[in-house]
Amino acid sequence: MRVMAQVAMVMNLDKCIGCHTCSVTCKQAWTNRAGVEYVWFNNVETRPGQGYPRRYEDQEQWRGGWTLNRRGRLALRTGGRAKRLLSIFASPVQPELEDYYEPWTYDYETLVDAPLGDDFPVARPKSLITGKDTKVTWSANWDDNLGGTSELGHLDPIVEKVRRESEDKIKFELEKTFMFYLPRICEHCLNPSCMASCPSGAIYKRAEDGIVLVDQDRCRGWRQCITGCPYKKIYFNHKTGKAEKCTFCYPRLEVGLPTVCAETCVGRLRYIGVFLYDADRVTEAASVPDEKDLYEAQLDLMLDPEDPAVIAAAREQGIPADWLDAARRSPVYALAKKYRVALPLHPEYRTMPMVWYVPPLSPVVDLLRDQGHDAEDPGTLFGAIEALRIPIEYLAELFTAGDTEVVSGVLHRLAAMRSYLRGITLDEGADESIPAAVGMTGQAMYAMYRLLAIAKYDERYVIPKAHEERGHELEELGCSLDYDEGPGMYESAAFGEASGRPVPVAVETFHALRQRQTSEGISPAEEMRGRVNLLNWDGVGTPPGLFPHHDAPAGDEGGER
Amino acid sequence: MDVVLWGVLPYLVVVTFVGGLVWRYRYDQFGWTTRSSQLYESRLLRIGSPLFHFGLLFVIVGHVVGLLIPEEWTDAVGVTEEMYHAGALGIGTIAGVATLSGIVILIVRRRRTGPVFMATTKNDKLMYAVLTSAIVAGLATTVVAFSQGSDAHNYRESVSVWFRSLFILRPDVEAMASAPVQFHLHVLIGLALFALFPFSRLVHAFTAPLHYLFRPYVVYRSRDRRPTPGASAPRRGWDPVGTRDRDPSTRR
Ligand code: SF4
Ligand code: SF4
Repeated sequence: MRVMAQVAMVMNLDKCIGCHTCSVTCKQAWTNRAGVEYVWFNNVETRPGQGYPRRYEDQEQWRGGWTLNRRGRLALRTGGRAKRLLSIFASPVQPELEDYYEPWTYDYETLVDAPLGDDFPVARPKSLITGKDTKVTWSANWDDNLGGTSELGHLDPIVEKVRRESEDKIKFELEKTFMFYLPRICEHCLNPSCMASCPSGAIYKRAEDGIVLVDQDRCRGWRQCITGCPYKKIYFNHKTGKAEKCTFCYPRLEVGLPTVCAETCVGRLRYIGVFLYDADRVTEAASVPDEKDLYEAQLDLMLDPEDPAVIAAAREQGIPADWLDAARRSPVYALAKKYRVALPLHPEYRTMPMVWYVPPLSPVVDLLRDQGHDAEDPGTLFGAIEALRIPIEYLAELFTAGDTEVVSGVLHRLAAMRSYLRGITLDEGADESIPAAVGMTGQAMYAMYRLLAIAKYDERYVIPKAHEERGHELEELGCSLDYDEGPGMYESAAFGEASGRPVPVAVETFHALRQRQTSEGISPAEEMRGRVNLLNWDGVGTPPGLFPHHDAPAGDEGGER
Repeated sequence: MDVVLWGVLPYLVVVTFVGGLVWRYRYDQFGWTTRSSQLYESRLLRIGSPLFHFGLLFVIVGHVVGLLIPEEWTDAVGVTEEMYHAGALGIGTIAGVATLSGIVILIVRRRRTGPVFMATTKNDKLMYAVLTSAIVAGLATTVVAFSQGSDAHNYRESVSVWFRSLFILRPDVEAMASAPVQFHLHVLIGLALFALFPFSRLVHAFTAPLHYLFRPYVVYRSRDRRPTPGASAPRRGWDPVGTRDRDPSTRR
């Protein structure tokens, strides 16, 4: 057993309102640059829908992920190493800009600069690729909220598949349709096919936290990873000629902050925590013959952080105590393994994805309510989950390689939680038969409710900080964890204030940010040793240190807070 | 003049080539890429690029054999001058034509596809010009040899001798000077190409990922030591979005 730690995310789809805040904040943080205009490390898709890039789930076409070869061994869908090297001069199946969309901006300048005339000036759309006038015909979520689904809905690969298997049952008639949002980031897989396809070996998994990153200095632009990733979550920066991907906001994570998408999520539906897993068994788990067993196999890899044997093995591997503690309190472990309500996205790609989803009960509830039923009554709900085959089949294609048993099990637990809690809230008393019906105790069900519904900040995010003593430098050259808690910075060195080693900005920024986000009010003055980081200044008041000190009367020190 | 061209120039080129590569590798890892344009267009690329690259691989093998293996050696194993030339001309022509048509397709694509042309830098244009002339001049030597039949100049007694003499630091200037003008031209353009090599996108050839055949699929690495993007002055790749960066006058 080789225990490794993995930082993972769970998203509770019932709560996603499809506001795209996560996508926008992520873009502002990471891909607000030339060359990656079309890149969305985080995107939110309406399902049913084609997704981004269009129809990425159709692996017959895009050939991402792994399959089992004739001998039952795990192999990249694009073929063996030699074959892939021979096709390196022109990737056979790389999506083109057309499959994403042509990014554009508007010619806002003419609004200001246009000479006086009879016509109103117009800001025309300009392509960010050619700089010429363009026509906007598609974007990253053109089919948002089922827009155009009556015409294009059949292009969703999953709709196609479910239709094929159940003889045309999905109809996009308004009264029978269902819809939910699926926010997606890179899955930071345990068995990443992007990494396996990279000829240069530039993509790596961090040993400490399992985050998958592209080494920008070693990427040579062979673009094999783009084909390799079945989720199409590696993008090609057409300006620098390098591959880029979601970083799990590692500079934030290293100081204990959640990712930007999670932090800003309006629905507060994202959970971040640590898994302990057995790295030695990953390949074995990814090669189970029946696709429907992949979910169980993946769940099996996740080790019980309370198990003394696991703890001992983890210690031996040098996983620090606070990481083990975080693993015990991990919300993702609780949702995935304890309550078994979180499922991996497309386990059939065999990459062992580490972003998990609590499937939405809302398609069922909404349909019930629209038909005038009591959508909280356990009997009705359970019955509906059995009866409404289409949403269930669709969810099963997404999360369990088509195994409807697992999905309806999860939905049953969620439905039971709904009914159980209604009883408690309406003072009808806790009906212990409801949790029992889905094999849970009332106590566990209540704890699950707290985690899913109340979702306190520090219960959603249990993120241990990066460790210096594991023998590696933190993120910057010459930076040691003297900086651990922020202060210590700007201490005058031998030759006056500006001497000594520079303070790494990232450390300063993120520590200050953390301080501000986890405390009430604005950050205390001591934090910055009399200086203010304008990046973190929220515009409230004049924090001390914003302006240089005059020989002011005593008492000025405290600022105007 | 001959001494400058065939005795001094080659060494200058070697210094630029090696020095340039070392410099680029140490200081510009981030710029070391194929800068693929497949995202913009892939139909023509899928024909042109393999044609060019595979053709080129054969051309390179041909050059290595022709330049490095002394005539005496092939004679010793019983390969006559006629046999050798027939083979070299045959394979050389096929490879050369494939390479040339490949690069012509790529250049046409580059010029005709708007986004690809936009992404073409001055450096690229210069590189394409030199590369294409090198290929054309090389093919020209072959064509001339064809037309002269058995009277064709035997470059293995001139160019190859000179080439090998470079390595022992006693350049045989006379041997090279005695070769016909088409060879002079080809060699000079070739030298220009090598001088340009480290400073163009051609460098990607030096990181051809052969180790891919041997490395494990999953790569674990410990946390990075380099500064994070937010922690350093903006680097390449962090330019703001806008149409300005598409403007040739402000583009890098
Ligand atoms: S989801 Fe992320 S880690 Fe997994 S294969 Fe794609 S890019 Fe790689
Ligand atoms: S911010 Fe949250 S609620 Fe809004 S789209 Fe993203 S995941 Fe959904």
